[in-house]
Formats: sequence, structure tokens, C-alpha cells
Amino acid sequence: MAVPILKQAQYLIATIQSALTDEDLITLQRALVEQVGKFRSRGVIVDVTSLDVLDSFASRTLRDIAHIIRLRGAETVIVGVQPEVALAMVQLGITLEKVATALDLEEGLAYLDKKLRHAREES
Amino acid sequence: MKSILEKEPTRGSATTAPLLRELVEHLRQHRTELREEWARRITEAELLTAMSDAEIFAEATSVYDNYVAALETGTFEALQTYSQNLSERIIPRGVETHEVVGIVLLLRDVLARSLFAKYQSDFQLLNRILDAYEPAANRIANTVAVGFVQERERIIREQQEAIRELSTPVLQVRERLLILPIIGVIDPQRARQLTEQLLRAIRGNRARVVVIDITGVAAMDSHVANHLVQTVEASRLLGATVIVTGLSPEIAQTLVKIGVDLGKMNTVGDLQGGIEEAERLLGYKVVPSDAPTQIPGLRDEA
Repeated sequence: MAVPILKQAQYLIATIQSALTDEDLITLQRALVEQVGKFRSRGVIVDVTSLDVLDSFASRTLRDIAHIIRLRGAETVIVGVQPEVALAMVQLGITLEKVATALDLEEGLAYLDKKLRHAREES
Repeated sequence: MKSILEKEPTRGSATTAPLLRELVEHLRQHRTELREEWARRITEAELLTAMSDAEIFAEATSVYDNYVAALETGTFEALQTYSQNLSERIIPRGVETHEVVGIVLLLRDVLARSLFAKYQSDFQLLNRILDAYEPAANRIANTVAVGFVQERERIIREQQEAIRELSTPVLQVRERLLILPIIGVIDPQRARQLTEQLLRAIRGNRARVVVIDITGVAAMDSHVANHLVQTVEASRLLGATVIVTGLSPEIAQTLVKIGVDLGKMNTVGDLQGGIEEAERLLGYKVVPSDAPTQIPGLRDEA
């Protein structure tokens, strides 16, 4: 099932509602990468709160999304990883290194706001 | 172990029984002097230093009587119960295994010498008496030593249980800041429990920074260290930064030696430093107020 992508000011928010097939994940990746350019977004939030399993393909895709989005000039935050999911991922050696994570949507937005403010101050 | 104790005496009991009776008779008659001799040698050998002379003498008396009773009846249950009882009393006072084995062997020697002295004129009788005496004496020594060690092991097991059950609280010290003080031994089971507890607390308290303090952890092996690294990574997936504090020099050296990758870990020397760093990350600034408030109950120095 497709993941809805909402545009909120200069951010895109993708909330995953249910378990995704590998195909869905690829679709999500394509859609996000495309819309970041289209809406000139500065940040992307992927909300995985409702997922109670995150397999290696999903984790790799999330990491890829984050890296690709960075190349497109925006920041990505993965939010809402469940404690059990986090533990399982770490035990499988999946740590989403170099990808920002936050507790929930609110924290994710706060993170992006702060990050963009910094970027603006530096320039 | 039970089977050793219940085995019949090695030599034919029909021939040794009268000898043992004679032996017991001898030990009863010379109870006072043999007991004193034994107590004196215990003090000389500097065994049971944790106990006073009077206590040693009192224990020596009851051990002696139990010893003779065991020789007489050939049953060791009473002695076993007694030695367990004795162990319960003396282990908390710091009596070591070698001391208990030492005193029982001393008693064996003291009694054997009194037998040598008594039967020195009749070598053959002495031989037969010793044949009767030695297996029984060895079993007594065995019973007491095994009883002591078992009691010790029971205490150790109990204490391990107690350590495991020590709950580890996850404390919130500020908005968004949690502290996890770890004390005692971490085994894989407890490590897992700790991690789950922490992750749930991060979610429940919406924590952004966690300080894990391991000042109270005496030792750490690679397994536990890896678990710690996993905890740090899992916390990060939830969006929380972990600061590890209180790594002792020994643990730090061990971790480097066994090659645990701590590169992903944020470490600060002590808990205070860790909290300060956490406050910095959260944007807190702690400034002393100009007028310190009077602490109730503290008298003014001036």
C-alpha cells in the first residue's frame, strides 16, 4: 500500500501506516526523492511509529533515502522507532549510521528546525 | 555425595567394631586433655583467628563430642547437620575453607598421636586400631569439609540471586534527561533487561539525552561491553543521545585490550561531568544564584 506524503511548510512528512513490501519501499523512495525537488523541501521526516518490524531491506532503504535526500540538498529524520524494533535492529547489526533519528514527529520537526536555523546562521 | 557417606566402612565391620568401641572409650576417658591439646594446637597454627579463644574452645568441645559420636555410631547424619550448622555460624565471621579443613585434620592428628602413645608397646594392636580409626576419621574430615563448602556455595548462590534482583532505576533528573546508574554484576540476562527498561523509559519520558553511569560496575567482559554498545545504538535509533560515565581505569583498559569498538560511544569521566555535558546538549545553563539559600539545619559558621 502506498505511503501518503504530506507537505508541511518546507518539510515533507511520510507516515508509514502498515507493513510495507519491498516494492512499496522503492515507490516511497522514488516519490520522496522526486517531491523534494518539486516542492524545494528542506527536510524530510519518515515516521515509522506503526511498524513493529523493520527488516534489513527496509532499514537499508531508509538509509538510502536519507543519503539520497542529502544529495538533493535536504535533511532526513527517521522518527518513531519502537524500543523493541530498535533492539532487534541493533542485534542484527543494523544501526542506520549517519542517519538522524528522533523520538517522534514533534521531535523530528524540532530537529529539522534547529538544523535549518544553524545552516542559515552559518551562511 | 550421599553415596560416599552411606558406604559401609572399608574394612570388615565385624572385626573393627570392638576396636572402635575400645577407641571411643579411650577418647571419652581422655576427653579433657585431648580437647585442650587440640584447642592449643589450633591457636598455635593460627587457625580460626576470627574467633576468640573461649569460642574456639566451645566449638572444639562440640566438634570433639560429635566426632566421637560419629566414630561410635558409624553414622554421619548428626555430624553433617552439625557441620552445616557450624558453617552457617562461622562463615559470616570470615572463616576460610582451609581453616575448617585444617582444624579437622588437626583433631585427626591429635587423636592419632594419643593412640600411638597408648598402644606404643603393642605394634600389631596399634596397627589394627589405626585400621579401624583412619577410614572413619577420613570420612569425618570429608563430611565436615564438604558441609562447609556446600554451605559456602549456597551463600554465594543466594548472593548472586540478590544482586540480580537489585532493580536498576531509570531516573529523570531534568526534562528530557535520564540517568541510569548501573551497580553490581552485569550478566547477559541483566544487560538485556536493562536495555529494554531504558528504551521503554526513553519513550515514556520523551528523553533526548541519557547518562549511563557504570561507576558501580566492577568488571566487564567483551560480551557485556558489546551489549553496552548495542544499548547506545538502540537508544540512538529512538532519537536519544547516550553519554557513558564512570568507566574505571581497569574497565577502560580491559575494553581497549579486548578490542571493543567504543568509537560510537560518548564517554565522560564521571557522573557530574556527564550531567553537565547532557545539560549542555539540552541547552540548559546552570548558574549559581547570588544569595545562597540558608540550608535548614545547618548552623551558621560565623
